[in-house]
Amino acid sequence: MKRLHLERLANPQLLALVAVLLINWLLFPNFFRITWQDGRLFGSVIDVLNRGAPVAILAIGMTAVIATKGVDLSVGAIMAVCGAVAATMVVAGYPTPVAVIAALAVGLACGLWNGFLVAVLDIQPIVATLVLMVAGRGIAQLITEGYIVTFNDPALIFIGTGSFLGFPMAAVIALVLMLLVTLLVRRTAIGLFIQAIGVNRAAASLAGIHSRMLLVLVYALSGFCAAIAGIIVAADIRGADANNSGLWLELDAILAVVIGGTSLLGGKFSIPLAVVGALIIQAMNTGILVSGFPPEFNLIVKAGMIILILMLQSPLVGTVMGFFKRDTRQAAPK
Amino acid sequence: MADGDYVLEARGVLKIFGNHIALDNVDFGLRSGEVHALLGENGAGKSTLIKILTGAYQPDGGSVHVDGIEVSLDNPLHAQTFGIGTVYQEVNLLPNRSVAENLFLGHQPRRFGFVDFRRMEADARILLAHYDLHIDPSSELGTHSVAVQQIVAIARAVQLSGKVLILDEPTASLDRNEVERLFDVVRGLKAGGLAIIFITHFLDQVFAIADRVTVLRNGRLIETRPLDALSRTDVVRLMLGKDIAFSGATDVEPSETPDEVLLDFKGYGRKRSVLPFDLTIHKGEVIGVAGLLGSGRTEVARIMFGADPADQGEVTVNGKPTSLRSTSDAIRHGFGFCPEDRKAEGILGDLSVRENIVIALQGKLGWFKALNRDEQLEIAGRFGEAMDIRAASLDMPVKLLSGGNQQKVILSRWLATDPAFLILDEPTRGIDVGAHAEIVRTINRLREDGMAMLVISSELDEVVAYSSRIVVMRDREMVAELRGRNINPGVIVQAIANNTDEAVA
Amino acid sequence: MTIISKLAIAASLATALTSVSIAQENLQGLTVGFSQIGSESGWRAAETSVTKQQAEALGVDLKFADAQQKQENQIKAIRGFIAQGVDAILVAPVVATGWDDVLAEAKEAEIPVLLLDRGVDAPDDLYLTAVMSDQILEGRVAGDWLVGEVGDADCRVVELQGTVGSTPAIDRKAGFEQAIAGHDNITIVRSQTGDFTRAKGKEVMEGFIKAENGGADICAVYAHNDDMAVGAIQAIKDAGLKPGTDIKVASIDGVPDIFAAMAAGEANATVELTPDMAGPAFAALSTYLADGTEPEKLIITESKLYTPADDPQGEYDRRKDLGY
Repeated sequence: MKRLHLERLANPQLLALVAVLLINWLLFPNFFRITWQDGRLFGSVIDVLNRGAPVAILAIGMTAVIATKGVDLSVGAIMAVCGAVAATMVVAGYPTPVAVIAALAVGLACGLWNGFLVAVLDIQPIVATLVLMVAGRGIAQLITEGYIVTFNDPALIFIGTGSFLGFPMAAVIALVLMLLVTLLVRRTAIGLFIQAIGVNRAAASLAGIHSRMLLVLVYALSGFCAAIAGIIVAADIRGADANNSGLWLELDAILAVVIGGTSLLGGKFSIPLAVVGALIIQAMNTGILVSGFPPEFNLIVKAGMIILILMLQSPLVGTVMGFFKRDTRQAAPK
Repeated sequence: MADGDYVLEARGVLKIFGNHIALDNVDFGLRSGEVHALLGENGAGKSTLIKILTGAYQPDGGSVHVDGIEVSLDNPLHAQTFGIGTVYQEVNLLPNRSVAENLFLGHQPRRFGFVDFRRMEADARILLAHYDLHIDPSSELGTHSVAVQQIVAIARAVQLSGKVLILDEPTASLDRNEVERLFDVVRGLKAGGLAIIFITHFLDQVFAIADRVTVLRNGRLIETRPLDALSRTDVVRLMLGKDIAFSGATDVEPSETPDEVLLDFKGYGRKRSVLPFDLTIHKGEVIGVAGLLGSGRTEVARIMFGADPADQGEVTVNGKPTSLRSTSDAIRHGFGFCPEDRKAEGILGDLSVRENIVIALQGKLGWFKALNRDEQLEIAGRFGEAMDIRAASLDMPVKLLSGGNQQKVILSRWLATDPAFLILDEPTRGIDVGAHAEIVRTINRLREDGMAMLVISSELDEVVAYSSRIVVMRDREMVAELRGRNINPGVIVQAIANNTDEAVA
Repeated sequence: MTIISKLAIAASLATALTSVSIAQENLQGLTVGFSQIGSESGWRAAETSVTKQQAEALGVDLKFADAQQKQENQIKAIRGFIAQGVDAILVAPVVATGWDDVLAEAKEAEIPVLLLDRGVDAPDDLYLTAVMSDQILEGRVAGDWLVGEVGDADCRVVELQGTVGSTPAIDRKAGFEQAIAGHDNITIVRSQTGDFTRAKGKEVMEGFIKAENGGADICAVYAHNDDMAVGAIQAIKDAGLKPGTDIKVASIDGVPDIFAAMAAGEANATVELTPDMAGPAFAALSTYLADGTEPEKLIITESKLYTPADDPQGEYDRRKDLGY
């Protein structure tokens, strides 16, 4: 029984995460050093959790979207919009909870808009979400009037930089969200329906699944996740940066989902593994920072690592590995 | 029929895909100056034969001859050099380029190494005039109607090849006038000595334009004959393989006191899909639906199931007026539907057998009453056993199963919802003999259990064997309803062919 | 030393409003067109505000056109200005190439064109002058400040670069390195890109602190812009260190938030990239119109150093409404 458990843990994503962390350790021996400081944990590994949280949160929503054979390119822009909403509202004197709820509602509304375009108007997801990807940043700039809206609201700042039981608040939020959404899709039939739509929407509809409503829900979830990530990022720097908040993070989120083993062609998905994918990406980023490589190599190093990880996951390598595994198993009794 | 007559000929052609024989020792000869219709239901081997004649496939046996000389056609481009050109149902030209460019793409007239647009357009104008087509050659192709685009495609094919023209369902998306226009072009080309192969599902068109007809069925050559010696009924009989003299009536006893009415459709129809029809379905009754491909059979099924909701007429379920606006409406009323195209609309290929079986039941239960894994396994196991699904594991992806087993999975999916009315569209197409028998047995068993069913099938023997009544579709219209002794293949064939003089009472 | 003489003409932003030179009275009542790139950054918005303020103070009727990052819009706007017969045109060109035709049209119409903030690849007789900052100089000013600040003490510097490959990143790095060259006590120990953003500035600084013994081995951080410095300051605070004291903070741009940080004692130096490109431009135009004196083809704006001694709170208040 125990052995079975170990085998389940030994999936390519976790192995890749461990490998990246070990490489970081080789490049920077203090990588795993964690100290207790000012009532919280402090160290590079904690940074990975903290910095990886926004992409991990995006990846939670993105996983569901991609599982339906869609994609949501607008999450980065939605982050900027929601960060802008939260920041301008606290600056305007609204209570923090009101500002946060308003920002979440705006994210949800953006997601519903995407869902409407995809599910009701039948626009291809990549095109439908491109609309908000382009327009969203403009909307965010309108809200902030081009300024970086800086705020000093302690409650809002706590969301980005506070800690809970010593762990960064952002990481705690990501973990809770991951558990909630995973439970939601696995303990209800929603997960099965999402997969069915992703595998074959026509067949799923004929089998009586409300594919439209589900698609709207999935994009709404993605918008909601983007809102949370946007609030965290704004709270972290104590300001809403409409130009840069969430810039290109949609691509990191998609990459995290793909590393997590969910196919862009839809179907089987795993939210926890997508979160692991986000941590792998962040572990590489943090590793590059502490390693002291010149910045010109950042993208090359990252690309090389990603190619390696995706290759390890490819069916071909799986077959080869399976072959070796079987080989050793057969050899054992002799 | 001297060998020398043929411009293009296939002799004893054999094509095998895996363990499926797509073409079995088929002979086919085409003369210059004739329009030769190639007929057969889906899966008869028409497209395989065409692909061999155009070099897209290589035959596994037999030979292809051009002007009596054996040739080996490597690919369609190579076939073109022997004078063989093809025009497909979907125009595969470039809609955003000019008509002239489309006509001459790949061999534009050149001047100093550059395309000579002026000469190309002048050439195009002359070429199009042969087809009585007076359009601006510099206009974008996509701005013209599909009929004009088809004619441009024909002009291009004839220009490039010039000996044999293959028209693969060119009229599928044309209206009556456009078809006439296309036929004028075809007649002109025929008079000019071109040999033309014409593939279509529309019998009227075959009789309007073809000189000879070749019928294929299940990969075998059934008959090649001059059309003037044939009636419509003959052609349908050849296609469906039923001897008109055969009169094996149904062995389903029509009950004198029919069970209570389950469904009653009145004036039910959908614009541009199916003309309004009336149909009453009782519990414990199997309604067979016969008709050629494209006659509106599948459309009837989709309207009933709410997949393409009706826009006219009424329906009652158990006597209560109901609206079936969506598939979930239909499912709520106890409907189930096994679609014709199993792969595109039936199976969820990457999901497991278990998930494929429980999906409709789970859809009915809704989002929050989730069946847990054990319940899913129990349900899948129960129906898998009842239907004799041969799968190594209930957790393997359904796409790895054979066609017959996939069909059983989809049938199980609906049986798990305990349906009152099941619609089966070609439930036995393309599956092995064992699964075939299993499905027919299941239909009979379900009928005895009191379930109402609507079964669409091209297999007349089969429909006759299990149907309580049979409705016949032709040209998107329900044209006949057969009961009792009238349920035999001969009567069905006549009803499908419908010459007024042979009409069924 | 023409630069110095020009600097004398170039009124600094903060004082510009009150110190309009008498010599520029001849601009009163003139109509000047201004084709601005857009409002992609806070600095750009400030440049627009300052230009409008300058025009108002001089009694110039400024026709403003926002090109929204498109050269075609700018060319259209300039043609519009020519058609209206304006007395001069200010252009902040979005790209360097493709200006020859429209500039020739302006020359034909005898309307002087003054380029703000960026240059163009066109014969220099097609425009009156270009007013620009020298980004190498900015880096050098920051470096010189650090050299003076640390004296002979050893100082390990971490550098937050701008976007890899961008001109400001390359120039500001080069200038800083020129300034510390020959001072072996100052070394750049780590250098990474923070993409000119607060968020990345903070993240990179976090990494640097971990890599440099919890920040104890870092003497100063040099950021290619203030936004990254603001992020770095937060990272330093989160690590339990005092920015401005435990780790010195130097950066470039002079945006309001860095003055706020400076007022709080968390930043030590910033080199201003002045948004007042219009001031020197108007001065040059005034001289030219008065007696036809052709100005230098390139007017370099001042790269002024601000430290906590320069009333950071006051500087913050003066800037906070300019649109940064």
